[in-house]
Amino acid sequence: MRQLLKAASVCVVFMILGACSSGDDDAPTGTGHGVYMLVDTSGTYTRELKKAQHIINVTLTKLYPGDSFAVARIDTGSFSEKDIVAKVSFDDRPSMANHQKRLFKEEIDKFVRTVKPASYTDITGGILQAVEYLNEKNPRRKTILIFSDLKEDLEKGYIRNIEFKLRHFSVIALNVTKLNTDNINPQEYLTRVEEWQARVESAGGTWGVINDMDQLADKFLN
Amino acid sequence: MSFTEFEFFSSPGATAGWLTLLVLFLYMAKDPAHMAIRSFSRVLSRGFKLASKGLLPMEQRLALRNREVLLAAGREEKERVMEREFERISSSVKKELADTPSLHREISEVITKLEDDYKLSTDVPPSPPGWINAVDAVAKIPAKDDPVVRDILDDIHESLIKAHNTATDEYRASRKERHQLLKNMLPGWRKMLQVVDVANNNVTSLLERAKVIDRYMDDYEQILNGTDRAVRMLSSSSINQFFISTFVLCIAVGGAMINFHLIARPMAEMVGGNTYIFSTYKVADIAALVIILVEITMGLFLMESLRITRLFPAINALKDHMRVRMVWVTFSILLALATVEAGLAYMRELLMQDQLATSAILRGEAVATIESGFTWITTMAQMGMGFILPFALVFVAIPAETFVSSLRTVLGVLGVGTIRSVSFTLRLFSNAFYFIGNTLVHIYDLFIFAPLWIEKQIKGRSSGLKEVLNEDRRKVDPPELVKEAS
Repeated sequence: MRQLLKAASVCVVFMILGACSSGDDDAPTGTGHGVYMLVDTSGTYTRELKKAQHIINVTLTKLYPGDSFAVARIDTGSFSEKDIVAKVSFDDRPSMANHQKRLFKEEIDKFVRTVKPASYTDITGGILQAVEYLNEKNPRRKTILIFSDLKEDLEKGYIRNIEFKLRHFSVIALNVTKLNTDNINPQEYLTRVEEWQARVESAGGTWGVINDMDQLADKFLN
Repeated sequence: MSFTEFEFFSSPGATAGWLTLLVLFLYMAKDPAHMAIRSFSRVLSRGFKLASKGLLPMEQRLALRNREVLLAAGREEKERVMEREFERISSSVKKELADTPSLHREISEVITKLEDDYKLSTDVPPSPPGWINAVDAVAKIPAKDDPVVRDILDDIHESLIKAHNTATDEYRASRKERHQLLKNMLPGWRKMLQVVDVANNNVTSLLERAKVIDRYMDDYEQILNGTDRAVRMLSSSSINQFFISTFVLCIAVGGAMINFHLIARPMAEMVGGNTYIFSTYKVADIAALVIILVEITMGLFLMESLRITRLFPAINALKDHMRVRMVWVTFSILLALATVEAGLAYMRELLMQDQLATSAILRGEAVATIESGFTWITTMAQMGMGFILPFALVFVAIPAETFVSSLRTVLGVLGVGTIRSVSFTLRLFSNAFYFIGNTLVHIYDLFIFAPLWIEKQIKGRSSGLKEVLNEDRRKVDPPELVKEAS
């Protein structure tokens, strides 16, 4: 009888603890790491694609079986599955995951060879697509990498004043190059970065900028 | 309170008045205050003392129980050792004394042969020829000048010389033959000596074993009698064994960890590298751990079946044929697991190479695979370790048994030590509170020394001054409290 009471009290404690910890309803319940990388293909930024290729390869080496990875281009209208260049969910078996990484690299190589510059830059659409993709995969860690100068340039008629929902997301801007106008007025660059930071953080996400690519693996992928 | 009132109460005169009043109040409350202080200190002192005394029976019970357990364990251990020694002596007797009849026969044969040879080698002097007397008679014939007689005598002389030579030759031949016989006796003597040496060694070995058993018997008798020497000896031995077995177990844990790292990575190929239990522990890691634990368990059963350890009475009670079957079953499972581990270790190397190759490709290096002439060494070493470590872990059973058996003694000794320490501390508190009470009484008297002095002066004039002093002394240091504190 005493043991029964003990067991019951333990159950009650666990229930209370469970009730206390169930406040975060949309917390990720899955496992692994989900990474969605947006690659800017607009205008002159296409010349930076070699760097993007290198970052993708580094990211691939840091991902493990069970993780998910997708690379999508930023073009005129990026809120589309068609803009996803390559995506993969790594198999549980390490040998198969290695094989998938090699195939993924081949796809990216092919993309870099054949890519054509886009007229406009729809970063917001790309982030919305990334959120949708990662929410669908539901990994434990969700990371969006934006390889862009963060200068959004929308075609007339595209509406992108939409609030993000980035709770439990890390958004990292990579290789945020300075434009010619930034050199004339650096405040433009700072304002641009701060605006994106404010948008991401107000949506519940965490924001980071990495221009030194060696830090990417150390800070965000390990 | 107005400022003037405050000034009135805080002036030096008022303070002196208040202090006098306070001292008078304390003097009037002297007896109940002393009683209160003493009662309080006595309550605490006696409480701690009771608690301390309450621990003593527990300590004695535990010490007695430890002694019983130690003696029982020692008795069992000695019985086991003596049993093994008797088994050894039994097999020795069976093996060595079983040859005694053949040894005896061998010695008898050698002796018989030696006797025969000895008889044959006896020196028999050659018998003189029978016709010597006849020759002597002929030689005494007076007609020596007669040519016929001379011829006869010459012939006899020649014949005699011939006969003499023949006899000498025969005698020499027979001497030679006897010498040969004596020479042939030498190996016989040597063999005899060897046989006697073997018999001597057998008997000496038996005597030495008997001495060892005598020593064990002495120890066993002491354990049976429950002597303090036996308890001390067993306790010391148990603590030594505890530390030694702990050291060996630590080494075994290191081996198990290496084994774990060998198989955890390739295990992900079998059960998946991204499956978790309780969101924290990888299934691959758990699977690797389970394999190692199963190996250790099989090792325990194997050692138990071989009767090297005695952790499971159920296995010890099995019939011999069942036990032998169990030995084979556990050994087969171990062999299978060791083979699996060797395979996993090989797979680990392949996975490592694949991983390196993929990383090289992703880094954009031209050579995707690392080719080295020494790769096979690491592969073979990993496979060898994967195969050997499960068998090495089998021997964990021996220190584990020692650890378990000695742990009881060590915990018992620690328990007794802890109880003694707590008891001593409580006793210390008891005495401390007793003396603190007395000190507080004296400090109290210090505040009211003036009225006490006046009281003594007044009472000193009376005839019963000595009695008052004695009574005060008795109040301050009641004999029963002094007795209690001691």
